Amino acid sequence: MATEHSRAAARLMISPAVILLLGWMLIPLGLTLYFSFLRYNLLMPGANPFVGWENYEFFFTDPAFNAAILNTMLLVGGVLLITVIGGILLALLIDQPMWGQGIVRILVIAPFFVMPTVSALVWKNMFMNPVNGLFAHIAKGLGMQPFDFLAQAPLASIILMVSWQWLPFATLILLTALQSLDSEQLEAAEMDGASALSRFFYIMLPHLARAITVVILIQTIFLLSVFAEILVTTGGGPGTASTNLTYLIYVQSLLQFDVGLGSAGGVFAIILANIVAIFLMRMIGKNLDI
Amino acid sequence: MARAVTSQRKAINTIFAWIVGLMIFFPILWTVLTSFKTEAQAIADPPLFVSFDWTLENYVTVQERSNYFRHFFNSVIISVGSTIIGLLIAIPAAWSMAFVPAKRTKDVLMWMLSTKMLPPVGVLVPIYLIFRDTGLLDTRIGLVIVLTLSNLPIIVWMLFTYFREIPVDILEAARMDGASLKSEILYVLTPMAVPGIASTLLLNIILAWNEAFWTLNLTAANAAPLTAFIASYSSPEGLFYAKLSAASTMAIAPILILGWFSQKQLVRGLTFGAVK
Repeated sequence: MATEHSRAAARLMISPAVILLLGWMLIPLGLTLYFSFLRYNLLMPGANPFVGWENYEFFFTDPAFNAAILNTMLLVGGVLLITVIGGILLALLIDQPMWGQGIVRILVIAPFFVMPTVSALVWKNMFMNPVNGLFAHIAKGLGMQPFDFLAQAPLASIILMVSWQWLPFATLILLTALQSLDSEQLEAAEMDGASALSRFFYIMLPHLARAITVVILIQTIFLLSVFAEILVTTGGGPGTASTNLTYLIYVQSLLQFDVGLGSAGGVFAIILANIVAIFLMRMIGKNLDI
Repeated sequence: MARAVTSQRKAINTIFAWIVGLMIFFPILWTVLTSFKTEAQAIADPPLFVSFDWTLENYVTVQERSNYFRHFFNSVIISVGSTIIGLLIAIPAAWSMAFVPAKRTKDVLMWMLSTKMLPPVGVLVPIYLIFRDTGLLDTRIGLVIVLTLSNLPIIVWMLFTYFREIPVDILEAARMDGASLKSEILYVLTPMAVPGIASTLLLNIILAWNEAFWTLNLTAANAAPLTAFIASYSSPEGLFYAKLSAASTMAIAPILILGWFSQKQLVRGLTFGAVK
Protein backbone atom coordinates (compact mmCIF):
# COMPACT_ATOMS: atom_id res chain seq x y z
CA MET A 1 0.00 0.00 0.00
CA ALA A 2 2.71 2.46 1.00
CA THR A 3 4.57 3.73 -2.03
CA GLU A 4 8.19 4.86 -2.26
CA HIS A 5 6.85 8.40 -2.41
CA SER A 6 4.79 8.13 0.77
CA ARG A 7 7.72 6.53 2.60
CA ALA A 8 9.90 9.51 1.78
CA ALA A 9 7.17 11.84 2.98
CA ALA A 10 6.84 9.81 6.18
CA ARG A 11 10.55 10.13 6.86
CA LEU A 12 10.33 13.86 6.35
CA MET A 13 7.41 14.15 8.75
CA ILE A 14 9.14 12.22 11.47
CA SER A 15 12.55 13.88 11.23
CA PRO A 16 11.92 17.09 13.25
CA ALA A 17 10.84 15.07 16.26
CA VAL A 18 13.74 12.65 15.91
CA ILE A 19 16.38 15.35 15.42
CA LEU A 20 15.14 17.42 18.37
CA LEU A 21 14.98 14.46 20.71
CA LEU A 22 18.38 13.26 19.56
CA GLY A 23 19.83 16.68 20.37
CA TRP A 24 17.96 16.85 23.68
CA MET A 25 19.40 13.48 24.64
CA LEU A 26 22.94 13.50 23.24
CA ILE A 27 24.12 17.06 23.93
CA PRO A 28 23.35 17.26 27.68
CA LEU A 29 24.27 13.62 28.19
CA GLY A 30 27.61 14.09 26.46
CA LEU A 31 28.30 17.25 28.46
CA THR A 32 27.41 15.59 31.79
CA LEU A 33 29.77 12.74 30.98
CA TYR A 34 32.51 15.18 29.93
CA PHE A 35 32.14 17.44 32.99
CA SER A 36 32.24 14.44 35.29
CA PHE A 37 35.90 13.94 34.43
CA LEU A 38 36.92 17.60 35.01
CA ARG A 39 37.82 19.49 38.14
CA TYR A 40 35.28 22.20 37.48
CA ASN A 41 33.87 24.51 40.15
CA LEU A 42 32.01 27.67 39.21
CA LEU A 43 33.44 29.46 42.26
CA MET A 44 37.00 28.81 41.05
CA PRO A 45 37.35 30.23 37.57
CA GLY A 46 40.31 29.25 35.43
CA ALA A 47 41.42 26.02 33.86
CA ASN A 48 39.25 22.95 34.31
CA PRO A 49 41.82 20.15 34.25
CA PHE A 50 41.00 16.55 33.42
CA VAL A 51 41.09 14.57 36.65
CA GLY A 52 39.99 11.09 35.63
CA TRP A 53 37.80 9.31 38.15
CA GLU A 54 38.42 11.78 40.97
CA ASN A 55 34.87 13.18 40.99
CA TYR A 56 33.44 9.69 41.12
CA GLU A 57 35.72 8.81 44.04
CA PHE A 58 34.57 11.91 45.91
CA PHE A 59 30.95 11.24 45.07
CA PHE A 60 30.96 7.64 46.24
CA THR A 61 33.03 8.27 49.39
CA ASP A 62 31.01 11.30 50.51
CA PRO A 63 29.18 10.28 53.70
CA ALA A 64 26.11 12.01 52.27
CA PHE A 65 26.13 9.50 49.41
CA ASN A 66 25.31 6.52 51.62
CA ALA A 67 22.59 8.50 53.35
CA ALA A 68 21.15 9.63 50.03
CA ILE A 69 21.09 6.10 48.60
CA LEU A 70 19.39 4.75 51.72
CA ASN A 71 16.89 7.61 51.74
CA THR A 72 16.16 7.16 48.04
CA MET A 73 15.47 3.47 48.57
CA LEU A 74 13.27 4.13 51.61
CA LEU A 75 11.39 6.87 49.81
CA VAL A 76 10.76 4.85 46.64
CA GLY A 77 10.05 1.65 48.57
CA GLY A 78 7.83 3.32 51.14
CA VAL A 79 5.73 5.17 48.60
CA LEU A 80 5.41 2.05 46.43
CA LEU A 81 4.28 -0.05 49.38
CA ILE A 82 1.64 2.48 50.44
CA THR A 83 0.36 3.31 46.97
CA VAL A 84 0.25 -0.25 45.61
CA ILE A 85 -1.52 -1.76 48.62
CA GLY A 86 -3.70 1.32 49.08
CA GLY A 87 -4.37 1.43 45.35
CA ILE A 88 -5.54 -2.20 45.24
CA LEU A 89 -7.86 -1.68 48.19
CA LEU A 90 -9.23 1.57 46.77
CA ALA A 91 -9.72 0.08 43.32
CA LEU A 92 -11.63 -2.87 44.85
CA LEU A 93 -13.75 -0.44 46.85
CA ILE A 94 -14.58 1.89 43.97
CA ASP A 95 -15.37 -1.08 41.72
CA GLN A 96 -18.25 -2.11 44.05
CA PRO A 97 -21.78 -1.09 43.16
CA MET A 98 -22.66 2.15 44.95
CA TRP A 99 -24.39 5.49 44.60
CA GLY A 100 -22.27 8.39 43.37
CA GLN A 101 -19.44 6.21 42.08
CA GLY A 102 -18.33 8.90 39.64
CA ILE A 103 -18.01 11.49 42.38
CA VAL A 104 -16.04 9.17 44.67
CA ARG A 105 -13.71 8.48 41.77
CA ILE A 106 -13.16 12.19 41.24
CA LEU A 107 -12.49 12.76 44.96
CA VAL A 108 -9.89 9.99 44.99
CA ILE A 109 -8.15 11.09 41.80
CA ALA A 110 -7.95 14.79 42.69
CA PRO A 111 -4.59 14.75 44.58
CA PHE A 112 -2.79 13.73 41.39
CA PHE A 113 -3.57 17.12 39.87
CA VAL A 114 -2.19 19.15 42.77
CA MET A 115 1.21 20.60 41.96
CA PRO A 116 4.03 19.19 44.15
CA THR A 117 4.94 22.50 45.79
CA VAL A 118 1.34 23.15 46.84
CA SER A 119 0.83 19.69 48.23
CA ALA A 120 4.13 19.77 50.14
CA LEU A 121 3.50 23.20 51.68
CA VAL A 122 -0.11 22.44 52.59
CA TRP A 123 0.92 19.22 54.33
CA LYS A 124 3.92 20.84 55.99
CA ASN A 125 2.11 23.87 57.39
CA MET A 126 -1.57 23.20 57.70
CA PHE A 127 -1.35 19.57 58.78
CA MET A 128 2.10 18.72 60.17
CA ASN A 129 3.07 21.96 61.88
CA PRO A 130 3.58 21.12 65.59
CA VAL A 131 1.87 24.31 66.82
CA ASN A 132 -0.78 25.35 64.33
CA GLY A 133 -1.21 22.22 62.22
CA LEU A 134 -4.43 20.26 62.17
CA PHE A 135 -2.67 17.11 63.45
CA ALA A 136 -1.38 19.10 66.44
CA HIS A 137 -4.90 20.39 67.19
CA ILE A 138 -6.23 16.83 67.05
CA ALA A 139 -3.43 15.54 69.28
CA LYS A 140 -4.09 18.28 71.84
CA GLY A 141 -7.81 17.58 71.66
CA LEU A 142 -7.09 13.96 72.55
CA GLY A 143 -4.80 15.03 75.37
CA MET A 144 -1.60 13.95 73.62
CA GLN A 145 1.67 15.75 72.97
CA PRO A 146 1.82 17.22 69.42
CA PHE A 147 4.42 15.56 67.22
CA ASP A 148 6.89 17.60 65.17
CA PHE A 149 6.64 15.52 62.01
CA LEU A 150 9.22 17.20 59.78
CA ALA A 151 11.84 17.58 62.53
CA GLN A 152 11.49 14.15 64.11
CA ALA A 153 10.49 11.99 61.15
CA PRO A 154 11.37 14.04 58.07
CA LEU A 155 11.67 11.19 55.61
CA ALA A 156 8.51 9.44 56.80
CA SER A 157 6.62 12.73 56.51
CA ILE A 158 7.82 13.20 52.94
CA ILE A 159 6.88 9.60 52.15
CA LEU A 160 3.36 10.39 53.41
CA MET A 161 3.05 13.50 51.23
CA VAL A 162 4.36 11.83 48.10
CA SER A 163 2.14 8.78 48.69
CA TRP A 164 -0.89 11.05 48.84
CA GLN A 165 0.06 12.44 45.43
CA TRP A 166 0.66 9.06 43.80
CA LEU A 167 -2.14 7.01 45.35
CA PRO A 168 -4.60 8.26 42.68
CA PHE A 169 -2.33 7.13 39.86
CA ALA A 170 -2.02 3.59 41.23
CA THR A 171 -5.75 3.45 41.99
CA LEU A 172 -6.77 4.63 38.54
CA ILE A 173 -4.57 2.14 36.70
CA LEU A 174 -5.52 -0.78 38.94
CA LEU A 175 -9.18 0.17 38.60
CA THR A 176 -8.85 0.17 34.82
CA ALA A 177 -7.28 -3.28 34.97
CA LEU A 178 -9.90 -4.55 37.41
CA GLN A 179 -12.74 -3.42 35.17
CA SER A 180 -11.36 -5.49 32.30
CA LEU A 181 -11.71 -8.64 34.40
CA ASP A 182 -14.35 -11.01 33.08
CA SER A 183 -17.16 -10.88 35.65
CA GLU A 184 -18.47 -14.31 34.60
CA GLN A 185 -15.30 -15.88 35.90
CA LEU A 186 -15.90 -14.30 39.31
CA GLU A 187 -19.55 -15.32 39.33
CA ALA A 188 -18.64 -18.89 38.44
CA ALA A 189 -16.13 -18.98 41.28
CA GLU A 190 -18.71 -17.58 43.65
CA MET A 191 -21.25 -20.23 42.64
CA ASP A 192 -18.64 -22.91 43.24
CA GLY A 193 -18.39 -21.60 46.78
CA ALA A 194 -15.08 -19.75 46.61
CA SER A 195 -14.78 -17.24 49.45
CA ALA A 196 -14.25 -13.54 48.78
CA LEU A 197 -10.68 -13.88 49.99
CA SER A 198 -9.82 -16.78 47.71
CA ARG A 199 -11.57 -15.07 44.78
CA PHE A 200 -9.26 -12.12 45.40
CA PHE A 201 -6.07 -14.16 45.69
CA TYR A 202 -6.71 -16.69 42.92
CA ILE A 203 -8.56 -14.63 40.33
CA MET A 204 -8.21 -10.90 40.86
CA LEU A 205 -4.61 -10.66 42.01
CA PRO A 206 -3.20 -12.74 39.12
CA HIS A 207 -5.27 -10.62 36.73
CA LEU A 208 -3.85 -7.45 38.29
CA ALA A 209 -0.24 -8.68 38.29
CA ARG A 210 0.63 -6.98 35.05
CA ALA A 211 -0.94 -3.66 36.02
CA ILE A 212 0.81 -3.78 39.40
CA THR A 213 4.15 -4.30 37.67
CA VAL A 214 3.50 -1.34 35.38
CA VAL A 215 2.52 0.86 38.34
CA ILE A 216 5.69 -0.13 40.19
CA LEU A 217 7.97 0.53 37.22
CA ILE A 218 6.46 3.85 36.15
CA GLN A 219 6.23 5.19 39.68
CA THR A 220 9.83 4.15 40.39
CA ILE A 221 11.02 6.21 37.43
CA PHE A 222 9.18 9.28 38.74
CA LEU A 223 9.91 8.65 42.43
CA LEU A 224 13.66 8.47 41.84
CA SER A 225 13.35 12.13 40.81
CA VAL A 226 11.34 13.46 43.78
CA PHE A 227 12.68 16.96 44.32
CA ALA A 228 10.21 19.80 44.92
CA GLU A 229 8.66 18.15 47.98
CA ILE A 230 12.07 17.99 49.67
CA LEU A 231 13.15 21.48 48.58
CA VAL A 232 10.16 23.27 50.11
CA THR A 233 9.76 21.20 53.28
CA THR A 234 13.03 20.07 54.85
CA GLY A 235 15.72 21.20 52.43
CA GLY A 236 17.13 17.69 52.74
CA GLY A 237 17.59 17.96 56.51
CA PRO A 238 17.99 17.86 59.37
CA GLY A 239 21.56 17.01 58.33
CA THR A 240 21.03 14.60 55.48
CA ALA A 241 18.03 12.86 57.05
CA SER A 242 15.76 13.56 54.08
CA THR A 243 18.28 14.03 51.26
CA ASN A 244 17.66 11.74 48.33
CA LEU A 245 19.93 11.21 45.35
CA THR A 246 18.27 13.88 43.22
CA TYR A 247 18.46 16.43 46.02
CA LEU A 248 22.10 15.58 46.79
CA ILE A 249 23.11 16.16 43.18
CA TYR A 250 21.15 19.44 43.15
CA VAL A 251 23.03 20.61 46.27
CA GLN A 252 26.41 19.69 44.82
CA SER A 253 25.68 21.28 41.43
CA LEU A 254 23.71 24.44 42.15
CA LEU A 255 24.45 25.24 45.80
CA GLN A 256 28.10 24.20 46.03
CA PHE A 257 28.70 25.01 42.35
CA ASP A 258 30.75 21.85 41.93
CA VAL A 259 29.99 21.04 38.30
CA GLY A 260 32.39 18.09 38.17
CA LEU A 261 31.04 16.39 41.28
CA GLY A 262 27.40 17.08 40.37
CA SER A 263 27.98 15.62 36.92
CA ALA A 264 29.49 12.45 38.33
CA GLY A 265 26.37 12.13 40.47
CA GLY A 266 24.23 12.78 37.41
CA VAL A 267 25.88 9.94 35.52
CA PHE A 268 25.18 7.64 38.45
CA ALA A 269 21.53 8.74 38.60
CA ILE A 270 21.12 8.05 34.89
CA ILE A 271 22.55 4.55 35.22
CA LEU A 272 20.29 3.82 38.18
CA ALA A 273 17.16 5.01 36.35
CA ASN A 274 18.12 3.00 33.28
CA ILE A 275 18.16 -0.24 35.24
CA VAL A 276 14.47 0.29 36.03
CA ALA A 277 13.73 1.66 32.56
CA ILE A 278 14.99 -1.50 30.83
CA PHE A 279 12.34 -3.62 32.53
CA LEU A 280 9.62 -1.09 31.84
CA MET A 281 10.60 -0.72 28.18
CA ARG A 282 10.56 -4.48 27.74
CA MET A 283 6.99 -4.67 29.03
CA ILE A 284 5.82 -1.80 26.86
CA GLY A 285 7.59 -3.23 23.83
CA LYS A 286 5.83 -6.58 24.21
CA ASN A 287 2.46 -4.85 24.09
CA LEU A 288 3.27 -2.77 21.04
CA ASP A 289 2.60 -4.66 17.83
CA ILE A 290 3.27 -2.76 14.64
CA MET B 1 -35.13 -10.91 48.72
CA ALA B 2 -31.92 -10.92 46.72
CA ARG B 3 -32.61 -7.35 45.74
CA ALA B 4 -32.98 -6.19 49.33
CA VAL B 5 -29.62 -7.68 50.25
CA THR B 6 -28.06 -6.02 47.24
CA SER B 7 -29.34 -2.57 48.05
CA GLN B 8 -28.32 -2.95 51.67
CA ARG B 9 -24.82 -3.87 50.56
CA LYS B 10 -24.88 -1.01 48.13
CA ALA B 11 -25.71 1.40 50.94
CA ILE B 12 -22.81 0.13 53.05
CA ASN B 13 -20.46 0.39 50.07
CA THR B 14 -21.65 3.90 49.41
CA ILE B 15 -21.13 5.14 52.95
CA PHE B 16 -17.73 3.52 53.26
CA ALA B 17 -16.49 4.69 49.86
CA TRP B 18 -17.66 8.25 50.46
CA ILE B 19 -15.86 8.41 53.81
CA VAL B 20 -12.63 7.16 52.25
CA GLY B 21 -13.01 9.46 49.23
CA LEU B 22 -13.63 12.51 51.40
CA MET B 23 -10.63 11.67 53.59
CA ILE B 24 -8.36 11.54 50.56
CA PHE B 25 -9.84 14.74 49.20
CA PHE B 26 -9.79 16.50 52.58
CA PRO B 27 -6.42 18.35 52.27
CA ILE B 28 -7.73 20.03 49.11
CA LEU B 29 -11.06 20.88 50.72
CA TRP B 30 -9.28 22.24 53.79
CA THR B 31 -7.04 24.43 51.64
CA VAL B 32 -10.02 25.89 49.81
CA LEU B 33 -11.89 26.55 53.09
CA THR B 34 -8.84 28.12 54.73
CA SER B 35 -8.41 30.49 51.81
CA PHE B 36 -11.66 32.20 52.83
CA LYS B 37 -10.71 32.68 56.51
CA THR B 38 -8.77 35.44 58.21
CA GLU B 39 -5.23 34.54 59.27
CA ALA B 40 -6.34 34.26 62.91
CA GLN B 41 -9.24 31.98 62.01
CA ALA B 42 -6.93 29.85 59.87
CA ILE B 43 -4.97 28.67 62.91
CA ALA B 44 -7.91 28.64 65.34
CA ASP B 45 -8.06 25.76 67.81
CA PRO B 46 -10.50 24.02 67.68
CA PRO B 47 -10.41 24.31 63.87
CA LEU B 48 -13.28 26.14 62.14
CA PHE B 49 -14.99 24.27 59.35
CA VAL B 50 -17.70 26.48 57.93
CA SER B 51 -18.73 28.76 60.79
CA PHE B 52 -16.32 31.61 60.17
CA ASP B 53 -16.61 35.01 58.51
CA TRP B 54 -16.06 34.19 54.87
CA THR B 55 -13.76 36.73 53.28
CA LEU B 56 -11.99 37.28 49.98
CA GLU B 57 -9.29 39.48 51.46
CA ASN B 58 -6.56 36.83 51.07
CA TYR B 59 -7.08 36.68 47.34
CA VAL B 60 -6.74 40.46 47.15
CA THR B 61 -3.66 40.49 49.39
CA VAL B 62 -1.90 37.75 47.43
CA GLN B 63 -2.43 39.63 44.18
CA GLU B 64 -1.41 43.01 45.61
CA ARG B 65 1.67 41.88 47.46
CA SER B 66 3.25 39.60 44.91
CA ASN B 67 1.57 40.26 41.59
CA TYR B 68 0.02 36.82 41.55
CA PHE B 69 -1.36 37.07 38.05
CA ARG B 70 2.07 37.57 36.59
CA HIS B 71 3.00 34.08 37.80
CA PHE B 72 -0.33 32.68 36.79
CA PHE B 73 0.21 34.10 33.33
CA ASN B 74 3.73 32.57 33.25
CA SER B 75 2.21 29.18 34.03
CA VAL B 76 -0.32 29.57 31.23
CA ILE B 77 2.31 30.61 28.68
CA ILE B 78 4.73 27.87 29.65
CA SER B 79 2.24 25.00 29.81
CA VAL B 80 0.13 25.96 26.80
CA GLY B 81 3.13 27.13 24.76
CA SER B 82 5.18 23.99 25.28
CA THR B 83 2.13 21.82 24.57
CA ILE B 84 1.21 23.56 21.31
CA ILE B 85 4.78 23.51 19.99
CA GLY B 86 5.10 19.91 21.08
CA LEU B 87 1.92 19.01 19.19
CA LEU B 88 3.10 20.77 16.04
CA ILE B 89 6.27 18.68 16.07
CA ALA B 90 4.60 15.46 17.19
CA ILE B 91 1.51 15.35 14.99
CA PRO B 92 3.39 14.76 11.71
CA ALA B 93 5.69 12.24 13.38
CA ALA B 94 2.91 10.25 15.05
CA TRP B 95 0.82 10.49 11.89
CA SER B 96 3.48 8.98 9.67
CA MET B 97 4.34 6.26 12.17
CA ALA B 98 0.69 5.29 12.54
CA PHE B 99 -0.24 5.33 8.84
CA VAL B 100 3.02 4.48 7.09
CA PRO B 101 4.79 2.22 9.55
CA ALA B 102 8.24 1.11 8.48
CA LYS B 103 10.49 -1.63 9.77
CA ARG B 104 12.16 0.72 12.20
CA THR B 105 9.03 2.43 13.50
CA LYS B 106 8.86 0.37 16.65
CA ASP B 107 12.53 1.02 17.40
CA VAL B 108 12.04 4.75 16.90
CA LEU B 109 9.03 4.80 19.23
CA MET B 110 10.83 2.83 21.90
CA TRP B 111 13.88 5.05 21.63
CA MET B 112 11.77 8.18 21.97
CA LEU B 113 10.20 6.78 25.10
CA SER B 114 13.61 5.96 26.53
CA THR B 115 14.54 9.65 26.45
CA LYS B 116 11.66 10.27 28.88
CA MET B 117 13.24 7.81 31.30
CA LEU B 118 16.32 9.98 31.75
CA PRO B 119 16.24 11.50 35.23
CA PRO B 120 16.22 15.29 34.82
CA VAL B 121 18.86 15.70 37.52
CA GLY B 122 21.26 13.73 35.31
CA VAL B 123 21.34 16.60 32.83
CA LEU B 124 20.75 19.47 35.28
CA VAL B 125 24.34 20.77 35.16
CA PRO B 126 24.73 21.07 31.38
CA ILE B 127 21.24 22.49 30.87
CA TYR B 128 21.82 25.03 33.62
CA LEU B 129 25.17 26.09 32.14
CA ILE B 130 23.82 26.26 28.58
CA PHE B 131 20.94 28.41 29.85
CA ARG B 132 23.32 30.66 31.79
CA ASP B 133 25.57 31.17 28.78
CA THR B 134 22.74 31.81 26.32
CA GLY B 135 20.75 34.11 28.61
CA LEU B 136 17.81 31.69 28.82
CA LEU B 137 17.86 31.45 32.62
CA ASP B 138 14.67 32.85 34.13
CA THR B 139 12.98 33.35 30.77
CA ARG B 140 9.65 31.93 29.68
CA ILE B 141 11.02 30.91 26.30
CA GLY B 142 13.73 28.86 28.01
CA LEU B 143 11.18 26.90 30.00
CA VAL B 144 8.96 26.43 26.98
CA ILE B 145 11.93 24.86 25.16
CA VAL B 146 12.82 22.50 28.01
CA LEU B 147 9.25 21.40 28.70
CA THR B 148 8.52 20.91 25.00
CA LEU B 149 11.49 18.60 24.66
CA SER B 150 10.98 16.75 27.90
CA ASN B 151 7.30 16.04 27.17
CA LEU B 152 7.66 15.39 23.45
CA PRO B 153 7.96 11.60 23.89
CA ILE B 154 4.68 11.45 25.80
CA ILE B 155 2.93 13.58 23.17
CA VAL B 156 4.19 11.42 20.30
CA TRP B 157 3.17 8.23 22.09
CA MET B 158 -0.30 9.37 23.00
CA LEU B 159 -1.00 10.66 19.52
CA PHE B 160 0.36 7.47 18.01
CA THR B 161 -2.00 5.29 20.06
CA TYR B 162 -4.97 7.46 19.05
CA PHE B 163 -4.08 7.67 15.36
CA ARG B 164 -3.67 3.92 15.16
CA GLU B 165 -7.31 3.47 16.06
CA ILE B 166 -8.41 5.36 12.95
CA PRO B 167 -9.49 2.70 10.45
CA VAL B 168 -7.40 2.88 7.29
CA ASP B 169 -10.19 1.26 5.24
CA ILE B 170 -12.10 4.52 5.36
CA LEU B 171 -9.23 6.23 3.57
CA GLU B 172 -9.34 3.72 0.77
CA ALA B 173 -13.08 4.13 0.47
CA ALA B 174 -12.67 7.89 0.21
CA ARG B 175 -9.98 7.42 -2.42
CA MET B 176 -12.25 5.12 -4.43
CA ASP B 177 -14.89 7.82 -4.35
CA GLY B 178 -12.38 10.14 -5.94
CA ALA B 179 -11.40 12.25 -2.93
CA SER B 180 -8.21 14.24 -3.42
CA LEU B 181 -5.39 13.96 -0.87
CA LYS B 182 -6.34 17.38 0.45
CA SER B 183 -10.01 16.61 1.00
CA GLU B 184 -9.02 13.20 2.33
CA ILE B 185 -7.00 14.83 5.09
CA LEU B 186 -9.42 17.68 5.67
CA TYR B 187 -12.75 15.87 5.66
CA VAL B 188 -11.95 12.27 6.50
CA LEU B 189 -8.90 12.06 8.71
CA THR B 190 -8.98 15.30 10.67
CA PRO B 191 -12.43 14.86 12.23
CA MET B 192 -11.38 11.42 13.42
CA ALA B 193 -8.05 12.65 14.76
CA VAL B 194 -9.35 15.68 16.67
CA PRO B 195 -10.54 13.86 19.82
CA GLY B 196 -7.15 12.19 20.25
CA ILE B 197 -5.31 15.45 19.70
CA ALA B 198 -7.58 17.21 22.21
CA SER B 199 -6.96 14.55 24.85
CA THR B 200 -3.23 14.75 24.32
CA LEU B 201 -3.35 18.53 24.59
CA LEU B 202 -5.28 18.35 27.85
CA LEU B 203 -3.05 15.83 29.59
CA ASN B 204 0.11 17.55 28.49
CA ILE B 205 -1.02 20.96 29.73
CA ILE B 206 -1.65 19.34 33.11
CA LEU B 207 1.79 17.72 33.18
CA ALA B 208 3.52 20.95 32.15
CA TRP B 209 1.50 23.07 34.60
CA ASN B 210 2.59 20.89 37.52
CA GLU B 211 6.19 20.30 36.41
CA ALA B 212 8.37 21.16 39.39
CA PHE B 213 11.97 20.31 38.62
CA TRP B 214 12.93 22.52 35.71
CA THR B 215 10.56 25.31 36.72
CA LEU B 216 12.17 25.47 40.17
CA ASN B 217 15.75 25.24 38.98
CA LEU B 218 15.69 27.46 35.90
CA THR B 219 13.58 30.41 37.06
CA ALA B 220 13.85 33.25 39.57
CA ALA B 221 11.59 36.29 39.92
CA ASN B 222 10.78 36.97 36.28
CA ALA B 223 9.64 33.79 34.61
CA ALA B 224 8.61 31.88 37.72
CA PRO B 225 5.36 29.99 37.11
CA LEU B 226 3.04 29.07 39.98
CA THR B 227 5.06 26.01 41.05
CA ALA B 228 8.04 28.26 41.77
CA PHE B 229 5.94 31.13 43.15
CA ILE B 230 4.23 28.86 45.69
CA ALA B 231 7.65 27.54 46.71
CA SER B 232 8.48 31.04 47.99
CA TYR B 233 6.00 30.36 50.81
CA SER B 234 8.47 27.86 52.26
CA SER B 235 10.21 30.72 54.13
CA PRO B 236 7.34 33.01 55.09
CA GLU B 237 7.02 35.93 57.49
CA GLY B 238 4.30 36.01 60.14
CA LEU B 239 0.96 34.30 59.77
CA PHE B 240 0.43 33.10 56.24
CA TYR B 241 -1.83 30.01 56.18
CA ALA B 242 -4.80 31.83 54.69
CA LYS B 243 -2.66 33.54 52.06
CA LEU B 244 -0.87 30.29 51.23
CA SER B 245 -4.30 28.67 50.85
CA ALA B 246 -5.59 31.41 48.57
CA ALA B 247 -2.50 31.23 46.34
CA SER B 248 -2.73 27.42 46.30
CA THR B 249 -6.43 27.33 45.53
CA MET B 250 -5.97 29.56 42.50
CA ALA B 251 -2.99 27.48 41.38
CA ILE B 252 -4.74 24.12 41.49
CA ALA B 253 -8.33 25.03 40.60
CA PRO B 254 -7.91 25.28 36.80
CA ILE B 255 -5.94 22.04 36.65
CA LEU B 256 -8.37 20.14 38.89
CA ILE B 257 -11.14 21.05 36.49
CA LEU B 258 -9.13 20.03 33.42
CA GLY B 259 -8.02 16.93 35.26
CA TRP B 260 -11.54 15.71 35.90
CA PHE B 261 -12.13 15.75 32.16
CA SER B 262 -9.00 13.79 31.43
CA GLN B 263 -9.22 10.85 33.86
CA LYS B 264 -9.36 8.28 31.07
CA GLN B 265 -6.52 9.83 29.11
CA LEU B 266 -4.37 9.74 32.20
CA VAL B 267 -4.11 5.97 32.13
CA ARG B 268 -3.39 5.98 28.43
CA GLY B 269 -0.91 8.85 28.50
CA LEU B 270 1.16 7.63 31.39
CA THR B 271 1.27 3.88 30.82
CA PHE B 272 2.17 3.93 27.12
CA GLY B 273 -0.28 1.20 26.24
CA ALA B 274 1.09 -1.22 28.82
CA VAL B 275 -2.29 -1.33 30.60
CA LYS B 276 -5.51 -1.64 28.65
